[in-house]
Amino acid sequence: MGDALRALLAGAFGSWYAFGSGTLVRATPLILTGLAVAIAFRAGVFNIGAEGQFIVGAAAATAAALAMHSLPAFILVPSMLVLGFGAGALWAWIAAVLRARFHVLEVISTIMLNFVALHLVSYLVRGPLQEPTHIYPQTVTFVDAARLPRFGSTTRLHLGFLVAVLACVAAWFVVRYTAAGFRLRAVGANPDAARSAGMIDAARTTMRAFLISGALAGLAGAIEVSGVTYALYENISPGYGFTAIAVALLAQLNPLAVVGTGILFGALEAGATAMQRDAGVPSVVVSIVEALIILVLLALDRFRSTATRESPA
Amino acid sequence: VSVADVTAFAEATVRTATPLALAAVGEVVVERAGVLNISLEGIILAGAFGALVGATHGGLTGGFLVAVLSGVAIALAFALFTVIWLRADQIIAGTAITLLSTGLTGTLYRTLYGSAGAALTIPTAGRIAIPGLVKLPVVGDALFNQPATTYLVYLIVPAVWWWMFRTHAGLGLRAIGESPAAADAAGVRSTHVRFVAVLFGGILGGLAGGTLVLSQAGTFAEGMSAGRGFIAIAIVVLGRWHPVGVMLAALLFGAASALQFLLQATGIALPYQLFLALPYVLTLAALAGVAGRVRAPAALARVHDH
Repeated sequence: MGDALRALLAGAFGSWYAFGSGTLVRATPLILTGLAVAIAFRAGVFNIGAEGQFIVGAAAATAAALAMHSLPAFILVPSMLVLGFGAGALWAWIAAVLRARFHVLEVISTIMLNFVALHLVSYLVRGPLQEPTHIYPQTVTFVDAARLPRFGSTTRLHLGFLVAVLACVAAWFVVRYTAAGFRLRAVGANPDAARSAGMIDAARTTMRAFLISGALAGLAGAIEVSGVTYALYENISPGYGFTAIAVALLAQLNPLAVVGTGILFGALEAGATAMQRDAGVPSVVVSIVEALIILVLLALDRFRSTATRESPA
Repeated sequence: VSVADVTAFAEATVRTATPLALAAVGEVVVERAGVLNISLEGIILAGAFGALVGATHGGLTGGFLVAVLSGVAIALAFALFTVIWLRADQIIAGTAITLLSTGLTGTLYRTLYGSAGAALTIPTAGRIAIPGLVKLPVVGDALFNQPATTYLVYLIVPAVWWWMFRTHAGLGLRAIGESPAAADAAGVRSTHVRFVAVLFGGILGGLAGGTLVLSQAGTFAEGMSAGRGFIAIAIVVLGRWHPVGVMLAALLFGAASALQFLLQATGIALPYQLFLALPYVLTLAALAGVAGRVRAPAALARVHDH
């Protein structure tokens, strides 16, 4: 147990290299998907589909990287990120329309779409996007022009981390200081009251929040292939979309706090990889920790609201 | 396409539908009591892992027993958080408990069975032919030459229907799903009934997981529930919260999954991932066609305080 914990801490914080190239690299997709979940939950949308939106974002960015590989980096990389952003929004749009028009619970539809996205990528990397020798289920490694720049030659930390942090700051500003942010908070807190107050088109606000949520998760996928893996393969996400729920809840759905909780879970996952390598403890243990964190937060939240609420008859 | 192909298709339909029907019939009872148990996915996964552990030590009986106990344990955790202790949000708690089940089964599997896990085989439940009925053309083999868990579905569907619509207790359960406050006022102990309903869902969900391992795969793989819990929840909507409707909806999904066998026989070359994605796409399409037109229990997924 002591060995395992030591290995986990060393893997996450042991050196500047471990912190930057392990923890912060791992934190980048978690911050963006965590932000995606936070914005959706704020609007009362249970988007459990960040995983699928991440995957289609990664696939769209990959398609761009392969199709436009002769373009210069300053055009190619932004195109990849924009396409990933759009693909994530499109994937969320399916669930958003199913919810708005057909009253389909988004919890079910987003999870179904996760599986469809998985099989779609499985098809792509064994079919049209497979590397030319047709041996491995993955794409070719991207050309340099399709890769996000790194913060120096001795680290694996890439520009995507900065993008993730800036996205959180921007989202925090919008939610806190703009009319759109006010609508989002109002609809999430009480859709009926927001509607009867007459100022707010609740359906449109919900739809926008859902699309932005999907877009951010798609952007996370695009950044992952462009900044870390430089290729697309089947298990491109080790469950980022689910960890994102813990990230968002621990941040109490506050976009700025998501940066901190994203780094915390990044450390946990980077450390768990080291723990499995050095102490033989399976890295899936992290799922247990994440689940327990969510459950403890639910318990605390409940006790807080019970303490402050007037006791009902 | 030959008669043999159609027979194989019908057999695969019933085989695939069996765990879905078991889990979904349990979820009907849970949802009729006003609880949306998203942790059903985690329950099925725990049932599958429990079946492996039980069967390696105690054969088939041990396998099904531990499968049920594992399902109930996860259901108990869910009930603790949503019904009897905390009354937390059912969707968030259910998602967290599914994550917990994924982590627990994955960690235990790798710790207990290590890298040898993949080669692990355990006894599987044999088919039992029902004399006479098995001779029916085309469907005889599909319906009446299956492992015992399929016959359990045939028994449990009418039993749940009768209990829910013909008994006083069943009326109480449905009343709670519509208005727990009114049910409480009428003397039904809503928390107590919801708790028992969730545990019943855990028993059937655990059996569904056990069926995957003991009647079908003969082994366990991490995450082998593969969304069946969520499909079962969709099936409950398609079957309009009625046990018979749910069994028919489960058969529809079994057929969608089994379609690949039939299409392979026709020789049409399509990517196999298309067939793997088909049940999920069909779930979405079917929900879009049905969800707006049916009425869920009014109190579904609502937190009920006293």
